[in-house]
Amino acid sequence: MDTNTRVDRRSFLRVTALAGGGIMLGSYLKFGETAEAFAATTGSGAAEFAPNAYIRLMPDGIVTIVAKNPEIGQGVKTMLPMLIAEELDVDWKNVRIEQAMLDTTKYVPGQSAGGSTATPSNWMPMRQVGAAARMMLVTAAAQTWNVPESELETASGAVIHKGSNRKIAYGELIDKASTVPVPELATVKLKDPKDFKIIGTRVTGVDVKDIVRGKPMFGIDVTLPGMLYASYVKCPVFAGKVVSANIDEIKSLPGIKHVFTVEGGTQGGLMGLMPGVAIVGDNWWLIQQARTKLKVVWDEGATASQSSVGFATKAAELAKGPPARNVRKDGDVDAALKSAAKVVEGSYFYPFIAHAPLEPQNTTALFKDGKFEIWAPSQTPAGGRGLVASTLGVQQTDITIHMTRVGGGFGRRLSNDYMVEAAAVAKGVPGVPVKLLWTREDDITHDPYRCAGYHNFTGGVDAQGKIVAWRNHVVAFDGASSGFPGAGEFPAKFVANYSLEASGMPLGVPTGPLRAPGSNGFAFAIQSFIDELAHAAGKDPVQMRLDLLANEQPSPPPAPAAAGAPAGGGRGGPPPGFDAARMRAVVEAVAQRSGWGKAQLPKGTGMGVAFHFSHRGYFAEVVQATVSKAGDVKVDKVWVAGDIGPQVINPSNAESQVQGAVLDGIAEALGQEITIDKGAVVQKNFNTFPLLRMRQSAPVDVHFVLSTSPVTGLGEPALPPVVPALCNAIFMATGKRVRSLPLSKQDLKWA
Amino acid sequence: MAITFKVNGQPKTVDVPPEMPLLWVLRDVLDYKGTKFGCGIGQCGACTVHVNGTAVRSCQRRAGTVNGAEVTTIEGLSTDGTHPLQRAWEEIDVPQCGYCQAGQIMSAAALLVAKPNPTDADIDGAMNGNICRCATYLRIREAIHRAASMPAAVGTRQRESHS
Repeated sequence: MDTNTRVDRRSFLRVTALAGGGIMLGSYLKFGETAEAFAATTGSGAAEFAPNAYIRLMPDGIVTIVAKNPEIGQGVKTMLPMLIAEELDVDWKNVRIEQAMLDTTKYVPGQSAGGSTATPSNWMPMRQVGAAARMMLVTAAAQTWNVPESELETASGAVIHKGSNRKIAYGELIDKASTVPVPELATVKLKDPKDFKIIGTRVTGVDVKDIVRGKPMFGIDVTLPGMLYASYVKCPVFAGKVVSANIDEIKSLPGIKHVFTVEGGTQGGLMGLMPGVAIVGDNWWLIQQARTKLKVVWDEGATASQSSVGFATKAAELAKGPPARNVRKDGDVDAALKSAAKVVEGSYFYPFIAHAPLEPQNTTALFKDGKFEIWAPSQTPAGGRGLVASTLGVQQTDITIHMTRVGGGFGRRLSNDYMVEAAAVAKGVPGVPVKLLWTREDDITHDPYRCAGYHNFTGGVDAQGKIVAWRNHVVAFDGASSGFPGAGEFPAKFVANYSLEASGMPLGVPTGPLRAPGSNGFAFAIQSFIDELAHAAGKDPVQMRLDLLANEQPSPPPAPAAAGAPAGGGRGGPPPGFDAARMRAVVEAVAQRSGWGKAQLPKGTGMGVAFHFSHRGYFAEVVQATVSKAGDVKVDKVWVAGDIGPQVINPSNAESQVQGAVLDGIAEALGQEITIDKGAVVQKNFNTFPLLRMRQSAPVDVHFVLSTSPVTGLGEPALPPVVPALCNAIFMATGKRVRSLPLSKQDLKWA
Repeated sequence: MAITFKVNGQPKTVDVPPEMPLLWVLRDVLDYKGTKFGCGIGQCGACTVHVNGTAVRSCQRRAGTVNGAEVTTIEGLSTDGTHPLQRAWEEIDVPQCGYCQAGQIMSAAALLVAKPNPTDADIDGAMNGNICRCATYLRIREAIHRAASMPAAVGTRQRESHS
């Protein structure tokens, strides 16, 4: 019988450890153990075969596979071990998964989650890891039976010699296999894809069992003996400094142990350590009560003069004048516009957006004897370690990072601002573990926002309806993340007379990559304007796109961007290898699956199409949407055709990622906008920054077009096309062209 | 103030301010980490638990109001993790990041008690207060239908309101 449980945290932890049983849990529950000691427990021992950092095979045939990357919901903790298990040739039911800690010496390629890169960069290396271990087991069996390796095969965790009808389980080969030299990874023989037994099957996420039982596994769930909680209060205006605060008064409040100011760091820009006030106590909720009484005099700095209204005014001004720089110029746009049959102009705007992953930012940190031990939900734990080291003057080798499951990423946790804050707070209370937890308001008002942008188009079509001229003068923010398209951005190379121009404004608001960075805004503007040109030309929107994709110009490579182009502003656009045939194939597939052009739709209902290439993935999407006479938008259905190479590794997760990305894009289009007033973010929580809800979730039909190109990733590329496809559907439904987002701010009423 | 109530059938006494939300009592005082914090203003549903059989947002429920109540969290939805919803969630591979799913399942469990065979509209209505940032809604809907078609699991805790 459990009564006054406040006193008995330690015993509870023990129970949790037994019930949870996972190594990751064990690692943080076994508090005080060093990374080295932990690693030793996962290394080679007497009764096991551990050929590399990823695999541990036990005599009973159970295989433990280390999942090295951060799991943010993209399914990588299941997918990477699938690759290893496939080539090791074991049954998935005998595989156990262990989450790695950050170890940049052990795990290559690195431990990060971003850019849909895990699949392309690990597809071969992880398979080689599994195949190498399999080869060692085959060698061990050949030695045991004194037969040539070439006569042996493997299946379901056993080596088989058909000639003598013998079979030996991997578990029985452990001793011998441990003496076999590890083969060169590049030389190992991989399976023929037709022999795959795990890759290509629907595998349930390895943590699902624990998730539905409410087991602790996220950063926010980390609990350590003697742990204190913390909030870190920053200036609402980005990079504002603390002048003074009523620290003594706050210190005297219930539950509060320490209150102190922290100087900002010089590393990491606006996503580094900002100046602030740390409140540390033994009850996080009491800290929030104390926080309401905190009075800080801030030096807000220059950003206090910035606002969304001011950006819009300035952007309109800049759009009228000559661009600050030319990013790409092919042919003669002015001449082509003069001779065009029709000329169309359109100015587009997409707003700042916050990431808002559902698990609020948090990190638990302990600073002891000059060293840090950190538990964090991060997409780039190595980046976080670097930021902590450079900001707080500690060697990277003195920082241990435990990678927890991450309650949503979307690019937010590529920034490690919350990690360095937690470390800075922990440094202020040495010897005591501290869990820093943000409120939702902290999160929405201090995000690396998706950069807003203004695209100003002029386009021309000839009498046959062919696009002959395209000019886009993009106004965005100098130095922002993914603010400007690169020189290769579509339809570069597909319109003979093409000009991409850029002008920038200063920005004191942090920006960063949001799922399909750059693309999530560019696709809206570009694919909507293609629709405008199709309409002007009297052409079917699908046909217009197929014709455009068939119009690849044999032009020389583009001239380099003019001097003064923004550093790090562009995303690069389609690489030289952009394959129009692959894009045509997905456009044709989605048109076919959606019954494009066949359905008789009532007034107020429309279908729209769009495509976009990003993160090596080719995606075309059709949206059917209905707009009520009052102007409310409802998405009825979405069809997706995507090409991510010849192999979908885990169809269950792949379908889920695409559906999630599409619905994420719809959420962005429907109602998401961050506005700035006097240098601070206006929106604070989900009542003013709406996430998608079940009622708004339309069915999403997912179809993969298999190609012979390299296997690639899926977290991002399905998102960008849905936004313009939805807006194009709204145009068909209502005749109203959406040139500004979010939709909730547009007048879409019709009669 | 001392507050006595049951969590998943276990009697608990905590000494906390009466206005402290149940969410933080569960998470930080009693160490039931399955119930999640998402917004703190009753907008996202990540903190959903049952109080006397009714689904409530525990971030909005003051500790002082649960004195004597029966609280069920995700950890106690079933004794062995085999509530039909838990099995359906596994079968359909619902979660992506997984952070919201305990709240989703607790809302769905209350729905199935009220409506053992819910329509899509019933599901949309009951689940509209639970945000999934990864937007796994299509699978959540499918999993609720799947669970509704299953016989009740052996390990399911009898719901207080129906005992």
